[in-house]
Amino acid sequence: MKRMIRAARILLATLREIFDEAAYERFLSRSELPTSPDAYAAFWRERQSGPVRPTKCC
Amino acid sequence: MRVEGPLGGLRETARFDTMLDGMNKLLSVLAWASVSLLAATALAVVAIHRGEPINALWLVAGATCCYAIGYRFYSKFIAAKVLALDALRATPAERLENGRDFLVTNKWIVFGHHFAAIAGPGPLVGPVLAAQFGYLPGVLWVLAGAVFAGCVQDFVILLFSVRRDGKSLTEMAKEETGVIGGFVAYAAVIAILIILLAVIALVVVNALKDSPWGTFTIGMTIPIALLMGLYLRRIRPGKVLEVSGLGFVLVLLAIWGGQWVSQNPNLAPVFTLRAQTLAVLIILYAFAASALPVWLLLAPRDYLSTFVKLGTVGILAVGIVVMHPTLHMPALTRFIDGTGPVFAGKVFPFAFITIACGAISGFHSLISSGTTPKLIARETETRIVGYGAMMCESAVAVMAIIAACVLQPGVYFAINSPAGIVGATPAAATATISNWGFAVTAPEMQSLATAVGEQTLFNRTGGAPAFAVGMAHIFSHSLGGGTVMALWYHFAVMFEALFILTILDAGTRVARFMIQDALGHVYQPLGRTSWYPSILATSALIVAAWGFFLWQGVKDPLGGINSLWPLFGIANQLLATVALSVATTIIIKMHRAKYAAITLAPLVWLVAVTFTASWHKILDPNPKIGFLAQANALAAAPATSATTRLIFNNRLDAAVTAMLVVMVALVLFESVRQWIGILSGGKEAQVKESPFVMTRLSEERA
Repeated sequence: MKRMIRAARILLATLREIFDEAAYERFLSRSELPTSPDAYAAFWRERQSGPVRPTKCC
Repeated sequence: MRVEGPLGGLRETARFDTMLDGMNKLLSVLAWASVSLLAATALAVVAIHRGEPINALWLVAGATCCYAIGYRFYSKFIAAKVLALDALRATPAERLENGRDFLVTNKWIVFGHHFAAIAGPGPLVGPVLAAQFGYLPGVLWVLAGAVFAGCVQDFVILLFSVRRDGKSLTEMAKEETGVIGGFVAYAAVIAILIILLAVIALVVVNALKDSPWGTFTIGMTIPIALLMGLYLRRIRPGKVLEVSGLGFVLVLLAIWGGQWVSQNPNLAPVFTLRAQTLAVLIILYAFAASALPVWLLLAPRDYLSTFVKLGTVGILAVGIVVMHPTLHMPALTRFIDGTGPVFAGKVFPFAFITIACGAISGFHSLISSGTTPKLIARETETRIVGYGAMMCESAVAVMAIIAACVLQPGVYFAINSPAGIVGATPAAATATISNWGFAVTAPEMQSLATAVGEQTLFNRTGGAPAFAVGMAHIFSHSLGGGTVMALWYHFAVMFEALFILTILDAGTRVARFMIQDALGHVYQPLGRTSWYPSILATSALIVAAWGFFLWQGVKDPLGGINSLWPLFGIANQLLATVALSVATTIIIKMHRAKYAAITLAPLVWLVAVTFTASWHKILDPNPKIGFLAQANALAAAPATSATTRLIFNNRLDAAVTAMLVVMVALVLFESVRQWIGILSGGKEAQVKESPFVMTRLSEERA
């Protein structure tokens, strides 16, 4: 049972990472901002200006 | 009487432990011997069986066992002997952690993230096209290619990037093989992106032409994505999983609505579009997606696509195992001789460039040296992430082969053959295909088209419609029966088109950034990614470049896929050649030359494949294969209004192929020069790794 709960947690964490939810949360805690439309806009500005841009393969 | 002292007790315990170890080893040997035996049996059935259809489970069993053996033994050998992975060496995620790009992350999360990034439409489309040779060449290449080449490339490039602070392939190529290597890698990436975007756009055009249902469904994904973008920005910032679920429900409604649209006499003609119209719409859409703010259209569409992709791949895997359908395609068809209607060319080298992503894809080396190395917590985890994720990608390719081969061969060829080869009318097409020995009738095709809600399924080249019919065929035998086959078909078309349009958006934007980076050295404001004149100009440049090739494919009397897919395959495999050259150079510099064969062998194979394929595509005297022969044949034939353009297109394709080959030959030459220099002692072997720093991560955190 414990293993299943752990597996479910990892699965959820993976989905949150793939779908950028975790990255947004890290951005909020790093910038000490509450979630808001402006904070979300700033998150995207930062992602676009960074040296590393996620690529998708064919 | 024998009295045991304390030492005697210890001896007994040690003996017991040794016995237990021995038993464990024996069990392990027996288990792996059984896996090997099952792999050999399954592959023997797949390879030797002739004349009668075989069950797809043989393929599944053979593939699963091969992946298990490859991971357990080959990747472990590479990890221990060649790369000497060091769990105590701090990775860039730990040393440079900034909560943004560099971040210590759980290995399973990195695995999922990496798999979501490498899995695109390639492993679905390529194997479907290569099924014209029969299922055997594709299966063998996907398995051997992945275990010995693709997984190895992804694994070693990921590790080398981790040891170099997460540097990209182009940076590593520049540092390890010289400036030429860096330049060629950069140019190859741009070229691949342009050809890739054109060819996948063509796949969508061919899937949606004259299909009001499909066009409506895919058209609706644009307002759905915009709605998701606004929801994320204004209503619930950052709640991506929630909005992706909502978007998925809306997409299902759009599929259901598409059926109604296709049956409505007023709306159906509005959404029944010709290939040229669809091509123009896709070009305009990609320009808008590249120039609009990323949060508005590109990101939500990407989320939606990933949501559907992960779900569908999982469902398809379960569906194949549960339904274990029968493969009707023979192991080998007569078209291994190069006369195939889907694309011209012999099984060697064309099967090996047609299937790229499921076996080895140069593009993966960009992901393995992009975001992934910056998330790895320990060096030892590069094995499961690099080697393991590529195995999963390869398994997706096996599923695509199964989906294509469950169709009756006649049906498969009727869908995938261009009108220029089999004839423009159903009667002509079915007669030609039946003459090849693959029985199919016009009423049979019409009944299948009606069952999937299409007007016709003839000449639907590009692989996507055949995959969709195969997937619908598998599912309609279990979930909902034949009555919902049309819904399954359009779900599969939507899934692939959504996938592809996401790559179009993202690829156009990535290529735009690369061009802006380069132009920024010439005139600084052009390099600013937020300066609108630069955004518009570079977006237009990239869209015009791939739009040109797309238009060329749409107007091609042979269907376009015949010339564009091999061009894409050659470009992609040439990038893999660059990646493997860089990897071999690094292995030799690490004083592991005796193990260099792990990257050198796939490199030699890829050089043989890509250079032979390029030679054929440029110089083959058969006009169906060689670009220049086709240009000459067109010049000799009576001129039409399109002749001049077609001749120019063929000569351009030949020039692009030649340019790619020359560039890669330069990298190879530079690399070989380095290897000889190092091995003969004339040159110092100097790896450009970051210095060793002991990890401070506890077992728990990693």
